[in-house]
Amino acid sequence: MSRLVINQNAVTPENAEAIKKICPFGAISYVDGKLDISSACKMCKMCVRKGGGVIEYVEEKTQELDKSLWRGVCVFADCTGGEIHRVTYELCGKARKLAEVTGHPVYAIMIGSKTSENAERLLHYGVDKVFVYDHEELADFRIEPYTAAFCDFIEKHRPSSVLIGATNLGRQLAPRVAARCRTGLTADCTMLEMKENTDLVQIRPAFGGNIMAQIITPNTRPQFCTVRYKIFDEPIPTKEPSGQIVHMEVSGDMLRSDIQVIKTFDKQRDVDIAEADVIVAIGRGASGEAMRAYAQELAELLGGMVACTRPLVESNLFDAKHQIGLSGRTVKPKLIICLGISGAVQFAAGMKSSDCIVAINTDPNAPIFDVAHYCITGDVNEIVPGLIEKIRGAKNV
Amino acid sequence: MNILVCVKQVPGSNNVEVDPVTGVLKRNGVQSKINPYDLYAIEAALSLVERYGGAVEAITMGPPQAKAVIEETICMGANRGTVLTDRKFAGADVLATAYTISQGIKKCGEYDLIICGKQTTDGDTAQVGAEVAEYLGIANVSNVLSVDEVSSGKLLLTAALDDKNVKLSVKLPALISMDSDVNTPRLPSYKTKKTLREEDVTFFTFDDLDDKDPSHYGLTGSATQVERIFPPEKNDTKHIISGDHAAKTEELYQLLRTKKMV
Repeated sequence: MSRLVINQNAVTPENAEAIKKICPFGAISYVDGKLDISSACKMCKMCVRKGGGVIEYVEEKTQELDKSLWRGVCVFADCTGGEIHRVTYELCGKARKLAEVTGHPVYAIMIGSKTSENAERLLHYGVDKVFVYDHEELADFRIEPYTAAFCDFIEKHRPSSVLIGATNLGRQLAPRVAARCRTGLTADCTMLEMKENTDLVQIRPAFGGNIMAQIITPNTRPQFCTVRYKIFDEPIPTKEPSGQIVHMEVSGDMLRSDIQVIKTFDKQRDVDIAEADVIVAIGRGASGEAMRAYAQELAELLGGMVACTRPLVESNLFDAKHQIGLSGRTVKPKLIICLGISGAVQFAAGMKSSDCIVAINTDPNAPIFDVAHYCITGDVNEIVPGLIEKIRGAKNV
Repeated sequence: MNILVCVKQVPGSNNVEVDPVTGVLKRNGVQSKINPYDLYAIEAALSLVERYGGAVEAITMGPPQAKAVIEETICMGANRGTVLTDRKFAGADVLATAYTISQGIKKCGEYDLIICGKQTTDGDTAQVGAEVAEYLGIANVSNVLSVDEVSSGKLLLTAALDDKNVKLSVKLPALISMDSDVNTPRLPSYKTKKTLREEDVTFFTFDDLDDKDPSHYGLTGSATQVERIFPPEKNDTKHIISGDHAAKTEELYQLLRTKKMV
């Protein structure tokens, strides 16, 4: 229980105006000689730190939670696609590191049908126990039965932290379970740390992305968070399995649902370069037939898509759907490799916020090198085929 | 059918930055707009009512100025709306926000369907909808691509999971969150704007809600706590990869490995 208290006696017309300006959310108003904070307040506490003592943060002691009653770092194993979603392995690796701080066990919870093979597989990722809810009616994801099974596990085994992959499924399941447990949930964490008192430190971009917030769940358990795919490292699987599989009872009550799955079908894949995590972009310096084929192969090896600059669309080498730039699409992939692109502002405007920009161009003064993070002066024909060779070699091992 | 649409007022731009020296959040413009993802939810609601009859009501939580997004929803074609506003709601995390909205929804009367947007552009959590459904004890489906049919108290819809799409039949009342870009939201009508009446928007404060325990709302009702905010480490160092072709290729390959792309 904590709140902001305004010391109205210390408010003067002068400092009131200054304090109003401190609030980045415009939540402070000054009316009739009184300061007020509206519900636009995000509790960033900027006014407490910068307001010269006029606004105080008062924390009232809540009933102390016995954190020792909650043990274990639990990972939700998403396997409704038939196979385990790889984010699960990444979370298992992270869970192990977090659990080392507190000496807690690492758990996984798996919900589905015909799960035995998947459960066995998890035993190669440093999990102490895999709790399995297996029933043919759990084959398809429906929110109520999955929530019921998850909450059954939490009630019986009381994990301290729960890590869930931010898949479409995880993003529905995590809030539903967290709300039923009346506890906190932090979405899309990019960093996780463990305190010795078992508090999970959850760090994520906030207020749109160019600020990071460090968040804790101090008074409730479990502590829920979701994490996107490819944020943490996937551990190398152990040769020998370790840990055990625990089969949990699925009761009829758990299976109750207002949702009926009529059919499932594969997604139609339409070209949308904006959705690609990896883009291999080619410009006039890489527009030859051979290089276009190399770019396509490189993109496939990296699980990405090929995109291009405007001149290539104008010369009918590509459909306009593939064009990056002001007159094309804006993209923000995790990685973009620009081959033979000079980097006109119109192009750069459509890709400069990408996480990692690699550029290869023969001209050391090409403007693309002003926006690139990794710059290679050189001929794409000398570098790209060798790179493909290396990646292919590694994949075949 | 009666449809409730959850909307939110968000900052006009996301360029909030932390001054690295003073640690103060720098605000760039305070102008606000309706969360763009909500437009798909509003459009979905309006077209359902066009097909099956009924009314669309909007609900939002925020400062009193959030009235503007309710009015915009009405100008798009909704019948009326509600703003949940109280200083006691301030500083709410997902849990407390969802609880407050669910309390507000209970005061809005009968509904068949609640429609939310995918996420907001300021919080970006995509979690409030599912938590509201939990508090109301109704089914929920996210990433809805289309609502195909309503018949005998059931909703037939298509939703996206990661690797596949599913066709579902969902018993009403239920809560759905629309995916983005699933329809073409209509523009607000200037004519309706001229005829907006005071009584089109209702304000509910803490005192209007059934649960009068202040510890369930705002910061005190929140399970999470922001310990600190800080600017992200900037990766604006430019790295030149040099050497002969083989060395450049190798370094680029190693870079892809560390980025987990290979």
